Amino acid sequence: MKNGQPPRELLVSWLGLLALLGITVFASYQPLGAANTGVALAIALGKSLIVAAIFMELRRGSALTIVFAATGFFWLAIMFWLALADYMSR
Amino acid sequence: MPETPADQFVDMRQQHETAQLGMWTFIATEVLFFGGLLLAYCVYRIGDPEGFAEAARHTKIVIGTINTAVLLTSSFLVAWAVTAARLRQGRMAGLLLGFAAVLGLAFLALKGVEYAKEYDEHLIPRLDFAYAGPKATSVYLFFSFYFVATGLHALHIAIGVVVLAVIGWQAGRGRYSERYHSPITVAGLYWHFVDVVWIFLFALIYLPGRAS
Repeated sequence: MKNGQPPRELLVSWLGLLALLGITVFASYQPLGAANTGVALAIALGKSLIVAAIFMELRRGSALTIVFAATGFFWLAIMFWLALADYMSR
Repeated sequence: MPETPADQFVDMRQQHETAQLGMWTFIATEVLFFGGLLLAYCVYRIGDPEGFAEAARHTKIVIGTINTAVLLTSSFLVAWAVTAARLRQGRMAGLLLGFAAVLGLAFLALKGVEYAKEYDEHLIPRLDFAYAGPKATSVYLFFSFYFVATGLHALHIAIGVVVLAVIGWQAGRGRYSERYHSPITVAGLYWHFVDVVWIFLFALIYLPGRAS
């Protein structure tokens, strides 16, 4: 990295995140019915993966680091799965 | 400069990995902390999707979108600062973290403007809530979630601003290097996580109900 210039992958990620923000706001105004929620959450997930992989450096993280990072989300998935299996099947 | 590991570690690499794993463990507890709130939101939204869409239309999407861009940009600056600090560009890293902290303050200021507008529109549960119409109960629930979730998130931002300022000051004095950079790296992890929480809050609070 030269003095005063951002690393290329960080710059590209930042521009990608801003583009995704624009896309998600635009998509939310399109009449897609129930798909609006799916699109908004899919784009949120995509943005989070960019932040986690590049900014939080999980892309270069050791296996142990990735396991620690994934643990919270694994428990979260169990919580959502058990609760929503109930509410969404009523 | 602490260029040698603390007594309990074999080498600097092990010390750094331990610091990182500690921060990720803390983040796991935070994931479940905010996750519980998001789950409650989902359950009530599934109960009355139209009511939540109607409530979400009262949020300020322009401010919300600007604030999302502000946080994404601050995260970019923090990631850049971490890279710079490892390359011993301490002054640069300090400046970048300072700027990221200022963006954090800008986020809080805009959030304050938003809260003031919602106060004027009588949308604050318990304090001043007046909403007519058949969906009033769902709107009340939505704004209860909104203030608890964004309030807790704002608290995390406020703590993060202080952390960035302190670490930025240290970085500016040339404290970090390729060999010793755990504090700035784990501070970055915290800030990026708070950014991720906002990414989901933005999708759940501001975007529903815009097309209908």
